[in-house]
Amino acid sequence: MSYNPHTEGDRLKMLEQLGLKAVEELFQDIPESCRYPEVDIPDGLSEMEVKNRMKQLSDRNQSADDALWFLGGGIYRHYIPSVVDAVLSRGEFFTAYTPYQPEVSQGTLQALFEFQTMIGELYGMEVVNASHYDGAAAMAEAALMALRCKPGRKEIVLDEGIHPEYIQVMETYLADSAAVIRMGRADEASACFITANPSFTGQIRDLKALGEECHAAGALFIVHADPLASAFLERPGACGADIVTGEGQPLGIPMSYGGPGLGLFATTKKLIRKMPGRVVGCTQDAGGRAGCVLTFSAREQHIRREKATSNICSNQGLMALAAAVYLAALGKEGVAGTARLVYDKTAYAADALNSLEGYSVDRSHPCYREFVLNCPAPAEAVAHELQKEGIFPGLALSRFEASPYGADFKENQLLVCVTEMNSREEIDRLAKALAGYKGGSK
Amino acid sequence: MNQNGISSLWELSSSGRRGVVIPRSDVPAAELDDKYIRKDAADLPEVSELDLIRHYTRLSTLNYSIDTRFYPLGSCTMKYNPRVNEQTARMAGFAASHPYLPESMAQGNLELMHELQKDLAELAGFKAVSLQPAAGAHGELAGVLMIKKYHESRGDTGRTRFLIPDSAHGTNPASVAMAGFEAVEVSSDDRGNIDLARLKELCDESIAGIMITNPNTLGLFEEQIIDVISTVHACGGLVYGDGANFNAIMGVVKPGDLGFDVMHYNLHKTFSTPHGGGGPGAGPVAAADSLKDYLPGPLVGRSDNGSFTFVQPAKSIGRLKAFNGNFGVLVRAYTYILSLGGNGLKAASESAVLAANYLLSRVKDVLPSWYDRICMHEFVSSGQSLGEGVHTMDLAKRLIDYGFHPPTVYFPLIVPEALMVEPTETESIEILDAFAETLRVIVKESQDQPELLHDAPHRETVSRLDEVMAVKKPVLRDIGRI
Repeated sequence: MSYNPHTEGDRLKMLEQLGLKAVEELFQDIPESCRYPEVDIPDGLSEMEVKNRMKQLSDRNQSADDALWFLGGGIYRHYIPSVVDAVLSRGEFFTAYTPYQPEVSQGTLQALFEFQTMIGELYGMEVVNASHYDGAAAMAEAALMALRCKPGRKEIVLDEGIHPEYIQVMETYLADSAAVIRMGRADEASACFITANPSFTGQIRDLKALGEECHAAGALFIVHADPLASAFLERPGACGADIVTGEGQPLGIPMSYGGPGLGLFATTKKLIRKMPGRVVGCTQDAGGRAGCVLTFSAREQHIRREKATSNICSNQGLMALAAAVYLAALGKEGVAGTARLVYDKTAYAADALNSLEGYSVDRSHPCYREFVLNCPAPAEAVAHELQKEGIFPGLALSRFEASPYGADFKENQLLVCVTEMNSREEIDRLAKALAGYKGGSK
Repeated sequence: MNQNGISSLWELSSSGRRGVVIPRSDVPAAELDDKYIRKDAADLPEVSELDLIRHYTRLSTLNYSIDTRFYPLGSCTMKYNPRVNEQTARMAGFAASHPYLPESMAQGNLELMHELQKDLAELAGFKAVSLQPAAGAHGELAGVLMIKKYHESRGDTGRTRFLIPDSAHGTNPASVAMAGFEAVEVSSDDRGNIDLARLKELCDESIAGIMITNPNTLGLFEEQIIDVISTVHACGGLVYGDGANFNAIMGVVKPGDLGFDVMHYNLHKTFSTPHGGGGPGAGPVAAADSLKDYLPGPLVGRSDNGSFTFVQPAKSIGRLKAFNGNFGVLVRAYTYILSLGGNGLKAASESAVLAANYLLSRVKDVLPSWYDRICMHEFVSSGQSLGEGVHTMDLAKRLIDYGFHPPTVYFPLIVPEALMVEPTETESIEILDAFAETLRVIVKESQDQPELLHDAPHRETVSRLDEVMAVKKPVLRDIGRI
């Protein structure tokens, strides 16, 4: 397959127009010694062959659709209504570029504007941008923004329960700056305090109390909030959040081995000029007709170059569209209902597994979608054993090495994830399989 | 009432109306302390499934897209996005695979990533590739951080400045600033190349490196690229390649052979993955021997028993993104490489360059290119020859009246009234001819009836929008909701 429409006749016509004999003549500016190297890549295949090859690869992966699934840890299996992919598959959306020419991009622009409104509603925030690469990059950009907002303050303070990979990303992003990452609570040296709700291990946080404590120290309050949970749990905006970030993957986006996801980023009107990323606004044309445009562009790299608030250009626009379609498809009651369903099922599973002999769950804190199950044996071994029966019971936290800023996970800790996709019967089957685990001692 | 306007989702809403219905709960309601629960439900739309589909279908018709129009945006490589890529990315083993699957249960994904790393490295002449960056600018940040760490690891801490040609994309200076460097601009010479004499003056022990887009944003191959690179290397700096324009040179020259130390690819440009109205893209970053140990990790390697496994480069700058890059985009790009193969990729670049030169030759008497040279996959003209008081933006907007998406305008910054045209290899000669003819008509209109250009576009649902008002009176959410 080549997708190249030029016939031999077309090529000759073009060359003739240029007064050339061969296309190679167009490359004479390239140093001759380096021109036309050997390239060891096989010749192209027919579409049928390509699909067969790709199917072979795909079939060598475990699909979550063919298993009993309780594995999360930042990427979740939620139901995706049919309408999401139907809308995303429209070429007018997915083959369009960034809407820099607003007159011929009102479809993308209005869809993003409505996305901003919906995420603003979920988070209780005034300003939402048109997306970042993922939740981790959004959180790292939020930390950089806090350093811009609080010159002189050099600390990025993390609450317990930030995703270990997010911390790694933040370390990379902050490698240059004089900023220091530490775990704990904000003080007068802190630019910001970052918490996650729910935390990496599913704990529901008391945002109001954390926000008050953070603001008392004069630091920005940054909440990494799960957007689906935010339809049920208290909004970060109602707890004084200055910046809210999130991973939008639960909103109608396939797991796809972890990407593309959707970095969510929200802030207050007051801080908009410090914000990274594109944002859509509504305005009018000369005839008074309303329309949308990319706005506050003076913050961005294509205008401000080295003084921009970030280098971000491409974002996750199509994934923002997916989230918007998801939220509109389920609607006000459906999103709140799903968010609640996840809470109830998580609680049911936590109680069920806590009652198993040899296993325990700390039920003194409320949890959302995930909880830590203390197993009678190394969690890795438990998971390995159950996976043989097609049951993925969760994530062995021993995967994550201890870091100065992260939690120190124990070898027997399994992070169990429950969504609306898991029926009561499935949860009961998980409990039974765990109870029957023979590998460990009590 | 007139049905031609497009309402907001909230205007279509009615309290209690449902689209997709969720299942009934099969577990008891659990308790939760009131302080954790939100008091008011989020005011999300309440629309039927039909109204939702109609809303988005109608919105989509307001977009120009590759699927509907010629979209000659310079520097963006708006080539056809093959449908087979969309199908493979949706195969269950890819789309429903979880990033924390045991490696033994994700061998298909890992093999795909390994093969893609290998092919990208081969095509550009590098030693290793990381697929982690989610976009071109993300790849730039990776590369610049790698160069920073390289110097630091050698105890060479005085290199605080990074050279950026004046024709560079805005992401280049923004990326070096994010990595803590001072961006130092290098001027272009009178043939559109990096000014070698100026470069030699600037190169000293304070220089960490240079970012070069080659072909550059003027659509020109740097004629002295070998000298440019050796000059920077001679002062101890390293050379970053911005692969935004890689579509011009696949199979024709390998940047690694020219001496580049590190480069990113834009899979959403060169490798046919869709732009998605802004993203997601993917910006894998490749490195030569000098920098391969610094790549963002993990990469995919192959162990002795033949299985594929994640490996962390020895001096990695760390992680740039959670999980495994924009994997779905990687699947599409790999599908494309399999489809075209090494021979097809070379042919694609040759055709892209031929098409750009052909198009230029059809319009250069009325819209001369700024530098009179053979162009690569795109060319830059100036709107200075338009009628009195008519600007490039007017020409761009008038193109919309004729059903074409405008080219990139006012970039690169060093060309006044710049018009940057990239046809790509997937457009037929008939479309190129029609576009050339339209440009000629518009140039003539600019002289005879300039008001036609000033007021354009005339037929879209909105005309030119007031961008100043958008900032002065910001409305960033809630239209039609209250």
